[in-house]
Amino acid sequence: MAFPARAARFDLDVGPALRAAILGVGFLVAAVALLGLIGLVLTQTETGFTWAGYAQQIVSGLAQGAIFASLALALVLIYRATDVLNFAQGEMATFTTFIAWSLMNHMSYWPAFALTLVIAFVGGAAIERIIIRPVEHRPEIVIVIVTIGLLIALNGLSGWIWNPEIKAFDTPFSQGTTEIGGVVISYQDLGVLGVCLATVVLLWAFFRFTTLGLVMRAVANSQDASRLLGVRVGWMLALGWGLAAVLGAVAGMMAAPTLFLDPNLMLVVLIYSFAAAVLGGIDSPVGAVVGGLILGVLINILGTYVDFIGGELRLPAALVVLLLVLLVRPQGLFGHKVVRRV
Amino acid sequence: MRRNLGRAIGPALFVLGAVVVALLPRFMGEFRLLQFTLVAVYVIALLGLNILTGYSGQISLGHGAFVGVGAYVTALLSLGRPGLELLQLDPPSWLPLGDGMTPIFTIPIAALVTGVLGLLIGIPALRLGGISLALATLALAVSFPILMKRYAEVTGGGGGINLNLPETPFGWDISTRHWLYYEAWVTAGILFILAWLLVRGRIGRAWRAIRDGEVAATSSGVNPALYKTFAFGVSAAYAGAAGALFAIEIAYVNPDTFPVALSILLLASAVIGGLGSLAGAVFGALLYEFLPIYSQEPPVGSFDFADQATPVVFGVFLIVIMLLLPGGVVSGIRRLWAFLVGALARRPSRQRA
Repeated sequence: MAFPARAARFDLDVGPALRAAILGVGFLVAAVALLGLIGLVLTQTETGFTWAGYAQQIVSGLAQGAIFASLALALVLIYRATDVLNFAQGEMATFTTFIAWSLMNHMSYWPAFALTLVIAFVGGAAIERIIIRPVEHRPEIVIVIVTIGLLIALNGLSGWIWNPEIKAFDTPFSQGTTEIGGVVISYQDLGVLGVCLATVVLLWAFFRFTTLGLVMRAVANSQDASRLLGVRVGWMLALGWGLAAVLGAVAGMMAAPTLFLDPNLMLVVLIYSFAAAVLGGIDSPVGAVVGGLILGVLINILGTYVDFIGGELRLPAALVVLLLVLLVRPQGLFGHKVVRRV
Repeated sequence: MRRNLGRAIGPALFVLGAVVVALLPRFMGEFRLLQFTLVAVYVIALLGLNILTGYSGQISLGHGAFVGVGAYVTALLSLGRPGLELLQLDPPSWLPLGDGMTPIFTIPIAALVTGVLGLLIGIPALRLGGISLALATLALAVSFPILMKRYAEVTGGGGGINLNLPETPFGWDISTRHWLYYEAWVTAGILFILAWLLVRGRIGRAWRAIRDGEVAATSSGVNPALYKTFAFGVSAAYAGAAGALFAIEIAYVNPDTFPVALSILLLASAVIGGLGSLAGAVFGALLYEFLPIYSQEPPVGSFDFADQATPVVFGVFLIVIMLLLPGGVVSGIRRLWAFLVGALARRPSRQRA
């Protein structure tokens, strides 16, 4: 059994909402200060450095990071409920994006988008019921291997059904750019950021304000206690998988216009999302989102301003940074230390 | 008496397997022979993965990259600096490449290099727990082809490096392909015995203890971090040896020979063959080599399977095995054997009654 040991680190006599607000503002200030500092260093080392260009890189990094954040949140959602990393999360997202691509041949963007989310939800829940359910109580490694089998099968299946050639994917956002305070921002980046963050906020509201959300949190906390209180734990887990699949579908449809659609669309995104979830603390939803955004900005700045890294070595570079952070803080930024008892 | 008989089954099967391997070339042409040579290569890689996953309970999604590193080490060392310069490559002067070695002697060096690489990746990743190891190895698998293409002045980039097929030594009267076949299987046999010695002794017991209960193992005086890191190093070394043999057999290395799919399908083969049993590596290797061929052109029926059918079959196989037969093919055979023995034992007793 694993118990999160929540140490009372803040002994100020404030409510949890205020505490979260203080933490949030503090984090934001720290992030801006850090980015400013990096910018100052770059003004010295980079020839032709402009603050507007730098801000532009940060915004497109945030857009990319929002995609990582969505998929990372999906991973955390399942991890919290079942203690297992779903390696198939990325391939589930790719598969649903292919479904969206097919639907878009028959209808306009947003109806296809909505219909895809419904299909993703049903598909995710069905996978939990049919494939994960029978191995639920087996050792962790068995479940992990089953999700790897799912990864292989779904990857092959999307190549088989839709053929592995690279496809263009529609975007609902207009092609142009806008200028805010001298910083050129593309509508694509703004749209991606908006859609991903809106999904995350909706999901948060669902967990925070609805009874069903409360029940699902109870299941994540203790399956046995929830079962004793009359919760149908199995269906709640299926619901969790469904929601995770929806998050993945959103991430896939937002990533496809820029990365182009092929069966390996989400493989690298999955690794970044993994990294984001681990960076944020694998059991923390807030951490997953913040970790995703940090990682997006980080790889954009590293890729643009460090010649040695360029476009190709972003992934290894990002992972080295991650490793360094984890060596200092093994539980991640927002994670809890886990105390194990026999 | 029965007990001793049971103990003899393992070595007896090993000898039987060796006889089959020795006689097999008589019944096949050069192309089939190459396929079975590659089976030996995969046996070695899967032995390593089995040590890692089956015995010490960790998951690596990056063993394809270790295979790749081993292959490149052999390619570079067997050509040596003069050979590489002949191919218009320009390796930096600090790389100790030598003037070209007999390919077979590069195998232990490749194993050593990948073993050390495995330890270097394993130490920080294992300190952070299983999730980080999966993340680190998956990232390694994705990065490997990218890195090989980027440092083209050493690796030949996307074009890869061509090697020379070695001549049959000692003036033996067999073709080069036959020589390579025996070379691969003798190496696999030696590494199989080494793995068996490792697994059955103190170290193997410690690995299994950690796999079955890390906390309990720790309290019995086993240092989990130490043994897990060691398992990762050993399994990376096995993958490196497999890669070295692969380069020798194919006489060509190329970044795209070692994609992410290789890593993931190797893990799938290890699981389907049977975790926690060295014989599982042999079944896994046969599956890895021949399933793609038969899933594209099934021997029965006239399905028009595409290339993409292979991963689907692999994935479904993997899930079904995990659901129904977690011990893989090996445990299936064991159950069948036990059933047959039971049936045979029952019959005479009935007759007597």
